[in-house]
Amino acid sequence: MLEIEIDGKSLQVAEGSTIMDAAHEAGTYIPHFCYHKKLSIAANCRMCLVQVEKAPKPLPACATPVANGMKVFTHSELALKAQKGVMEFLLINHPLDCPICDQGGECQLQDLAVGYGSSASRYQEEKRVVFNKNLGPLVNTDMTRCIHCTRCVRFTTEIAGEMEMGQAGRGEHAEIMPFIEKTVDSELSGNIIDLCPVGALTSKPFRYAARTWELARRKSVAPHDGLGSNIIVQVKHDKVLRVLPLENEDINECWLSDKDRFSYEAVNSEQRLTKPMVKQGGQWVEADWGVALDYIGHALKDVVKTHGADAVGTLVSPQATLEEMFLAQKLTRELGSHNVDFRLRHSDFSLDGKRAGTPWLGMKVTEFAKLDRVLVVGSFLRKDHPLLAQRLRQSAKRGTQVSLIQSVDDDQLIKNTLRAVGLPSQLPQVLAEVVKAVATAKGAAVDAALSGVTVSAAAQKIADSLVSGSNAGVFLGNFAQQHPQAASLEALAQQLAKLLGAKHGVLGEAANSVGGYVAKALPFGHGGNGLNAAQMFAQPRKAYLLVNTEPELDSANGAQATAALKDAAMVAVFSAFKSEAALDYADVLLPISPFTETSGTFVNTEGRVQSFNAVAKALGETRPGWKVLRVLGNVLNLPGFEYVSSEEVRDEVLGGADEFVNGLDNGVNAAVSLNGAAAGGVERIADVPIYFADALVRRAPSLQRARDAAAPAARVNA
Amino acid sequence: MALIATKNPLLTVGWEKGDAGWGIKEYEARGGYQSLRKILTEKTPPENIIAELKASVLRGRGGAGFPTGLKWSFMPKVINGDRYVVCNSDEGEPGTFKDLDLLRYDPHSVIEGMAIAAYVMSANRGYNYIHGEIFEIYKRFEAALDEARAAGLIGQNILGSGFNFELFAHHGYGAYICGEETGLLESIEGKKGQPRFKPPFPATFGLYGKPTTINNTETFAAVPYILKMGGEQYLNLGKPNNGGTKLFSISGHVNKPGNYEIPMGMPFSELLEMAGGMRGGRKLKAVIPGGSSAPVLPGDIMMQCTMDYDSIAKAGSMLGSGAIIVMDETVCMVKALERLSYFYFEESCGQCTPCREGTGWLYRVVHRIESGEGRPEDLELLMSVTDNIMGRTICALGDAASLPVRSFVQHFKSEFEHHIQNKQCLVPHDVQRAGSSFYM
Amino acid sequence: LIDREVAKYPADQKQSAVMAALAIAQDEKGWLARETIEYVANYLEMPAIAAYEVASFYNMYDLDPVGKYKITVCTNLPCALSGGVHAADYVKEKLGIDFNETTADGKFTLKEGECMGACGDAPVMLVNNKRMCSFMTPAQIDKLLAECK
Ligand SMILES: Cc1cc2nc3c(=O)[nH]c(=O)nc-3n(C[C@H](O)[C@H](O)[C@H](O)COP(=O)(O)O)c2cc1C
Ligand code: SF4
Ligand code: FES
Repeated sequence: MLEIEIDGKSLQVAEGSTIMDAAHEAGTYIPHFCYHKKLSIAANCRMCLVQVEKAPKPLPACATPVANGMKVFTHSELALKAQKGVMEFLLINHPLDCPICDQGGECQLQDLAVGYGSSASRYQEEKRVVFNKNLGPLVNTDMTRCIHCTRCVRFTTEIAGEMEMGQAGRGEHAEIMPFIEKTVDSELSGNIIDLCPVGALTSKPFRYAARTWELARRKSVAPHDGLGSNIIVQVKHDKVLRVLPLENEDINECWLSDKDRFSYEAVNSEQRLTKPMVKQGGQWVEADWGVALDYIGHALKDVVKTHGADAVGTLVSPQATLEEMFLAQKLTRELGSHNVDFRLRHSDFSLDGKRAGTPWLGMKVTEFAKLDRVLVVGSFLRKDHPLLAQRLRQSAKRGTQVSLIQSVDDDQLIKNTLRAVGLPSQLPQVLAEVVKAVATAKGAAVDAALSGVTVSAAAQKIADSLVSGSNAGVFLGNFAQQHPQAASLEALAQQLAKLLGAKHGVLGEAANSVGGYVAKALPFGHGGNGLNAAQMFAQPRKAYLLVNTEPELDSANGAQATAALKDAAMVAVFSAFKSEAALDYADVLLPISPFTETSGTFVNTEGRVQSFNAVAKALGETRPGWKVLRVLGNVLNLPGFEYVSSEEVRDEVLGGADEFVNGLDNGVNAAVSLNGAAAGGVERIADVPIYFADALVRRAPSLQRARDAAAPAARVNA
Repeated sequence: MALIATKNPLLTVGWEKGDAGWGIKEYEARGGYQSLRKILTEKTPPENIIAELKASVLRGRGGAGFPTGLKWSFMPKVINGDRYVVCNSDEGEPGTFKDLDLLRYDPHSVIEGMAIAAYVMSANRGYNYIHGEIFEIYKRFEAALDEARAAGLIGQNILGSGFNFELFAHHGYGAYICGEETGLLESIEGKKGQPRFKPPFPATFGLYGKPTTINNTETFAAVPYILKMGGEQYLNLGKPNNGGTKLFSISGHVNKPGNYEIPMGMPFSELLEMAGGMRGGRKLKAVIPGGSSAPVLPGDIMMQCTMDYDSIAKAGSMLGSGAIIVMDETVCMVKALERLSYFYFEESCGQCTPCREGTGWLYRVVHRIESGEGRPEDLELLMSVTDNIMGRTICALGDAASLPVRSFVQHFKSEFEHHIQNKQCLVPHDVQRAGSSFYM
Repeated sequence: LIDREVAKYPADQKQSAVMAALAIAQDEKGWLARETIEYVANYLEMPAIAAYEVASFYNMYDLDPVGKYKITVCTNLPCALSGGVHAADYVKEKLGIDFNETTADGKFTLKEGECMGACGDAPVMLVNNKRMCSFMTPAQIDKLLAECK
């Protein structure tokens, strides 16, 4: 520890920290633009100049390492003069268009200028004008406002993993830009908006939508991937106008993926369903809630009476709230059916009943970031889990070795990854090779099922890497969990983890993949066995309840699902949206709230319970899903539907667990079988494109215009 | 080619033969590579060599004038991993053209100097960064490298000593800022030449993040000669604390512009003589004694100076790179400053705020004054803008851009005021036109 | 040709050859088009924008087409004192173009240069980044322009 003094206040700081770090600890604010705690140090803006005893010149706090006994003055005359001087330089070529600037009100330059800039400019010459650049549909540019702090450049290079921005030219002619005619296509691109200290980079969808100070800021949780990024939703007149990250070092740090940031556009979309609708004689008519719910009530009772409760099937989206999931399954079970599931994209359910508990990440996200060896099987990592991939990207810089077994040789932009590529049907084989290699290396017995396996060079490399570590982790991505032989993959992952003395887990597919288990939205293990998601369509039911999901797009076999739904006697859709497909196969449409208009809970991939409240008033006659289900329970006069708040529901589900849920366990009791792999031939890679994955992103126009939304050219791996 | 006159030549003995004298044969004929051979055969302890350099008080010839022996002793002792020696031949400081002739007439002295440096600091790789506009010189240096390689004086296991040193030439492509040592390193790494914040210094974090020592071409060239004659002798060629001889590049209004090697401490008046005196016998008005970044000095003050770091510093300027820009009475100081300010404005790397924004501001104001639109408050403004630039930037270009402005205004205030009041030059245009001999 | 440059640097430092590679590409194509820069970047396995940063940072790269002969005249102070500016004026007059312009026949492009480190030989001109011409008098300029066929 070093002993130093800042503005007369003495404190101890760690070896190697900078004056900026020290000031941070001392709670002293030093003005800055280019410095950012998550980025490398550029020291180019010079705003952080401070006086240091015995130093002839003012020094940049962000780049100057503290020395023992150092005396720093952040607001001395010398320091202030230097800071004022820099501020003047920054302003001479900065347009004075704050009144029309989207950054107005949250602009670091504006804020500091008020404190430092002298009102009248001594600069009488022509101001610089810089042409704007097209960065794509998400980020808007006003490059004349740029102050060349290079935060955006450093972000793309260091955090997003691909240098998509640079500083071209020299001196006053220097311009921040992407390569000619290129856009910024990173799935994390939106973060450069937050990083830009001025209004040079702003949100395109938000452009001119409102003045920042008119916006109410409300906390919420991102409803897409399993990470459950914390967000601030900004609302004006009950309309969601912008989403920003809510810093949480344990989860999303200060970042946000583009899908989490821009999917809000969907809740303002034309396709919102605002009134209950009922199909009468093939005609859709708007109806009162009462009428609509009675209609469902009767229909359900009929079906149960004539065909038995087993004719009822309930499908819940893995992005539904814990409360919606729980009430949906409770209602179904009370009707006497166990046909309820949320795992629509899965195709191998053979582990049902053989699980020791709820599959999860297997560790905290912060522990995930500390692993020194990582193997990820079957994942489009960057797109499926943008911020987990980012964590690995940073670990890799610290020496963590990341290995990937995937069906497409995508570059995850993670430093020197080892990759083994195999046809989808071959994934289990490839993983088996690694398991075998590791077993051999460890001198352990090899599972008989692997006797026929021959280890490829790539697999051997991965094995060697894994064995060389002391804190390894083995993970199954979405593609592996949805794989026809998911069971074998899980069993192999478990074997591998055992051999390595490592932890294993799954990368949570969706915002509530863990929650689904906790809420019992499963056909097994809760007083009887029913049909799983695949079976419910393979063996069509008479009545379907669809909560928040669009099976034609959300399930493993969309065509089969659509067929089953068309033939059903009654399909009740609980959704925020009106879709052509639903109008075709449904009989009742009930407008339920998207995540912005209801309270609820998501349990993220590390088992963390995250509850949130509505951030905006429900649109039209939309009602929160949990309320609708609760009332439907009453309509069907089923017992135990007297909840008065979503919290009440949640507490019943969680049984006391508040921060993390109980029963997390990736253990499976299953044997590996490597046959049944239709080797060779041409196989389609069943990749779920990032901006296609759920009902919200599908309806966010800006995301749909992004590179990653370009029609999934059915990727084939021959 | 530039004229050469010398007083007891050292660095320039090889120059007399002109373009015929650069080859390795000629170099060895005049005793070249003896120092290197001696060191490698006797396995001279590096400390001894550093001691000699310290005794010689050789000061960096690149501009900063930092004692070379001391600099070499900064390299971390622990010998593991790569280390580099880099030669700075990106001679871009207006008025300087000595390294050009050094590489043209005596490239092997630089190679030998670098090899010795590599031996002392146990570096195994080196680069010579050569100014972009001098392609022929770059080619010649590469030819010299081939010769040295063929003769086994660089490369693997040099002269069977087990010492390896690979040396290459890196061709710049037009950026003054790459003369700044860390900008230069960035440039070799294949990036734009934006200087790095120091600390860390190159000695600990240099090329590719490895320990690196950078010296100017002339500095390296002097090393073999020093070791041959001994530090003491070398020091005595010059005057105390200003060791040896130095190359001076004289440009501007003299009869014989060119490079001159003279012992440190020779009176400027004498040097001016050697350079053939003032062109057309006109009156000496001003001199920039150390390259365009050094403060200008009025002629009469300059005539009192001797050519060494201390004397010039006492007069309020810097010996810098030893580029002497001589101006006679036909020069309009405002126009002269305008051109210099334009240079720094164009060459700022654009990285840090005060320089990126400030150099443009300075140029525009000076330009305004020159074109008759100056305002009374402008001189004040210029001073305060330079105040806000100096000492607040990442590299010294900020200061380099400010010092000329300050000194020009300080020493020739009346000319600037005349410009502002009468919206025109004190020096009639036809007189200025006559200044350059072009139309004769 | 590029590989010879790559060989100068440590194996994991291909990017160091980018300046030379761009120079070679420019000599071959006359100027650096977007595609050319992208090609070089891919060849050296570096981001295209990083190569563009370099191409746009150094004076001697041309990001726009230039004439068959690019003449760069140093007008910096030391040269100017010995006629640098006047020499430039003379060339402008002869070719009927200003700095950064190209003659109608696409033969000549004129550029204003910064110090070339040859102030002693002023006025100096650089032809196509390679050939340095010293002590340029009107007569010699005429001769030079005549030589450029
Ligand atoms: C803007 C700027 C330009 C410079 N240009 C050169 C140059 O052209 N040649 C040079 O040798 N040193 C130049 N230097 C000095 C170098 O940074 C460095 O001090 C020098 O190469 C060290 O070598 P020396 O110790 O032998 O002088 C420049 C410095 C600055 C700040
Ligand atoms: S002072 Fe100028 S040249 Fe030096 S780093 Fe800053 S901007 Fe670049
Ligand atoms: S924050 Fe320190 S220089 Fe920008």
